[in-house]
Amino acid sequence: MKTNIPDHATASVAFNRDESYVDWHDETLWFVRQKRDRAAMALPEWEDLRETASQIKNHVLSNLDGLLEEFERKAQANGITVHWAVDAQEHNQIVLEIMRGAGAKQLVKSKSMLTEECHLNPFLQKHGVEVIDSDLGERIVQLRGEPPSHIVLPAIHLKKKDIGELFHKYLGTEKGATDPQYLTEAARQHLRETFLTRRVALTGINFAIAETGGFVVCTNEGNADMGAHLADVHIASMGFEKIIPKTEHLGVFLRLLARSATGQPITTYCSHFHRARTGQQMHLIIVDNGRSAQLGRPEFRASLKCIRCGACMNTCPVYRRSGGHSYHNAVAGPIGAILAPNLNMRENADLPFASTLCGSCSNVCPVKIDIDKQLYLWRQVLAKEGYISGVKEAGLQVAAKVLASPTLFKWTFRTGRMVMRTMPFVVGNSLNPWFDDREMPTAPKESFRQWWEKIREKANAEEVKNVEAFEKLK
Amino acid sequence: MPSAPTPTSRERILAAIRQNKPSLQPLPERIDWGAVPTNLITPFKTMLQAIGATVVEAADYETVRAHVRETFPDVANIAVTVPELTDLADFSLAVADPHDLELINLAILPGAWGVAENGAIWLTEQEMVHRALPFITQHLALVIHRERLVATMHQAYERIRVDKTGFGAFIAGPSKTADIEQSLVIGAHGARSLVVYLLG
Ligand code: SF4
Repeated sequence: MKTNIPDHATASVAFNRDESYVDWHDETLWFVRQKRDRAAMALPEWEDLRETASQIKNHVLSNLDGLLEEFERKAQANGITVHWAVDAQEHNQIVLEIMRGAGAKQLVKSKSMLTEECHLNPFLQKHGVEVIDSDLGERIVQLRGEPPSHIVLPAIHLKKKDIGELFHKYLGTEKGATDPQYLTEAARQHLRETFLTRRVALTGINFAIAETGGFVVCTNEGNADMGAHLADVHIASMGFEKIIPKTEHLGVFLRLLARSATGQPITTYCSHFHRARTGQQMHLIIVDNGRSAQLGRPEFRASLKCIRCGACMNTCPVYRRSGGHSYHNAVAGPIGAILAPNLNMRENADLPFASTLCGSCSNVCPVKIDIDKQLYLWRQVLAKEGYISGVKEAGLQVAAKVLASPTLFKWTFRTGRMVMRTMPFVVGNSLNPWFDDREMPTAPKESFRQWWEKIREKANAEEVKNVEAFEKLK
Repeated sequence: MPSAPTPTSRERILAAIRQNKPSLQPLPERIDWGAVPTNLITPFKTMLQAIGATVVEAADYETVRAHVRETFPDVANIAVTVPELTDLADFSLAVADPHDLELINLAILPGAWGVAENGAIWLTEQEMVHRALPFITQHLALVIHRERLVATMHQAYERIRVDKTGFGAFIAGPSKTADIEQSLVIGAHGARSLVVYLLG
């Protein structure tokens, strides 16, 4: 575990202190998940689209070098300067050099989970560059000095009261004002000023097209466009897995992305950049930062297919009741939990245990990543590699509880060995906090494995029921 | 003996990929779906309304003109890139610096393609004149012919050459956010409203 950073289980306990707040978080995200269901079910070809998207991404992973080379060639022909960064440090250094070259000390940035992963903001600040995040949710968490808690809904952990107080302090809104319309308007005015004065803008990339050497950026707020079209220099950063072969594949991905993310039929703006406007410079940074290593792990490489829609987070019962910050990683939730150990097994060894393995994440994933299977496999890898040093400590805590409770002791006696055999760490990280907030379970008669299969079946059956209920509504 | 030159980051990344990638997987052959409805106008209108836009069916440009005058009375700083409607403009787009567009209250632009399944309208910088225009304007109006509607994104991409100009975008509705407690607010950083004129 990172020093000073509580592990997922500990952070979840803190998140769960205010029950009504957690209920709100839980229900709000579930509501987003339901909107996703309605949007998905409105398309009879939904499952075909998922399968196709999955196959396109499988091809991409198997031909990444060729596609990236083709992309670079075309992008350069389009006048885009292409940079390659082995790791976060190199990425950040490239951004800083571009800023220096432009003689600029201020950067306006639209949503980019990659720059969160690279910790670009603190790096630039250290070097005297001011960064302003322009997505409303990101601006909110930035003013609070926090990272986003969700890849699509960065401020989902906050209530409007919190944001009202924040804006009163920083943007001079009226004290006690909580109306979202009013607060958004204040941010619009504040950020307009930013857009009009920044000479360098950084955006993320949703899809980079090998065939044409261009890239697509999707937003609802229009902040990426406001930044990019008004700046003299546009920097776009991408993890190398964002590449897709052809323009026609955009049809598949853009149909899936917003529907999976928020239930919208498409994001408000899907902007296709191919060449800088006259007088403007365009830079593009292709980043590895552990991705090529992940590519070399056959059982985990599918995690690189992710299009960052956030659906797996919205549906995850653990994420909904523990909040994004408890994952202490730029990308939270189920996908974060299978990406993070690749970057650092020691620091992120707790994350694959932040799951019930219910499989709901894999059921909603638009590119069909076997997330729950990878969570399960990571547990085994982490145990084998000796990265679950916390297990001893947690084990002692469990032991203390077990000894104090005869019911629990009996239960542990009967099932403990089996649980320990299948998933040693589950005892330390899942069962322990489980007991903190719940009635004691009655002793299960079946094996863990049987129980797990049954739970999975039930979850699947519920999905089917939801679909049927919706069909009837229509 | 001279030592081998240090590989560049590009070479290192590509080498690592080559070493670690799985064997070649084929691309799917079929990439388009969706039965083509005979009537595209109804779903297009329904979608636009659902995403916060106003739709006006207009028989001709005169109808559009009348509607604009009625909806935006006394509005100054109107920029127009629809050749048939330039008389509505009082803001010249002959500016070198896009920052000058900040004063624009209403921009009226032609759409190249409309997508029935999601209400998105494709336009390129040819239609925009300035890339910033459809985003920086306070209000946006898009004019599109009904023959320019297609059913799905697949069909749209069949007709679009994305790299024909340096920039193009699908615009679907006015800008919006739900970042404050998931309450939908129309008018984030881009246009505060969108009216779509469906011509013909
Ligand atoms: S893993 Fe799948 S569901 Fe989760 S964010 Fe990525 S694409 Fe979306």
